[in-house]
Amino acid sequence: MVNDVTHADVEYGGTERPKHLVPLRVYFAVFAALMTLTALTVFAAMQDLGPFNTVVALVIACTKAVLVVLYFMHVRYSTKLTWAVIAGGVFWLLLLLLMTLSDYITRGPGWLHFG
Amino acid sequence: MSGTHSDEPSVLQHHFDNLGQQFEASALGMWVFLVTEVLFFGGLFTAYMVYRMTYPEAFAEASHQLNIVLGGTNTAVLIGSSLTMAMAVYAAQQGDRHKQVLFLVLTMVLGMVFLGVKSVEYSHKFAEGLVPGPNFRFEGDAIHAQLFFSLYFVMTGLHALHMIVGIGIMAVLTVFAWRGRYTSRYHTPVDVSGLYWHFVDIVWIFLFPLLYLIDRHGAVR
Repeated sequence: MVNDVTHADVEYGGTERPKHLVPLRVYFAVFAALMTLTALTVFAAMQDLGPFNTVVALVIACTKAVLVVLYFMHVRYSTKLTWAVIAGGVFWLLLLLLMTLSDYITRGPGWLHFG
Repeated sequence: MSGTHSDEPSVLQHHFDNLGQQFEASALGMWVFLVTEVLFFGGLFTAYMVYRMTYPEAFAEASHQLNIVLGGTNTAVLIGSSLTMAMAVYAAQQGDRHKQVLFLVLTMVLGMVFLGVKSVEYSHKFAEGLVPGPNFRFEGDAIHAQLFFSLYFVMTGLHALHMIVGIGIMAVLTVFAWRGRYTSRYHTPVDVSGLYWHFVDIVWIFLFPLLYLIDRHGAVR
């Protein structure tokens, strides 16, 4: 019996494995928030907000993505290395979008017709 | 490392010090893969951004041809499948074999509902002549509406392909979970596959407003 405990300790590295046992009510709350935000984005699309329609849609989508990443994907309880990898991914995505955008919007009149 | 539980083979691979380290390595590997996926889809989102800014009217007109009810339903279905996936991981963490199998099956069922609705949408588009090509029919800026529909089919098609792969992974997991391969000590494959499934959900969270909801306030449909 003593051996059992020692063996388990070795396999877990002396401590319990980082347990991110998120309470179920957190999952349900996140689910409810995601559903509400989906309804909200459809509602917002029906309103005439001018150029802000796209902004509002993207802000809602990003909020939903962050909720999924933090809670469903357990990143809130993950290591700093995981955070660094995700931040790197987001950074490169923004580079891709913003560098391309800065090219197209500086090509002068006639290239883009902003609605 | 072996021999303590003779009835249970050691799940710790020899090149890791402990299960915690083994889990972190697997999860990190999946995250690195997901980052490549972010940039894979990112290229398509970039193309979408450039063409939508260049032809905003044509994109809005074309977007109005998409069905918000079907798209919205699918968004809800996919969010629901993310919840059942999270519950499957929760059950695995608790070592509850039956709930684990139940929630994995539910996740697969919801994934198939999503694909079913998607195929209904695709068949409508074929019937309405909205598939880019020689038979494309569109009243208005047809040339640039084709650009929208090209992006629509490539982006949703690639997303659907990810769903199909995900359902395949869930099927394998379900068999292994049924056989009792995952315990409260070792359930890394369930966790890591969950990361993939949630990522596919996130892609759709962006596709839905960007494809279905452009300038809907002006829609007279």
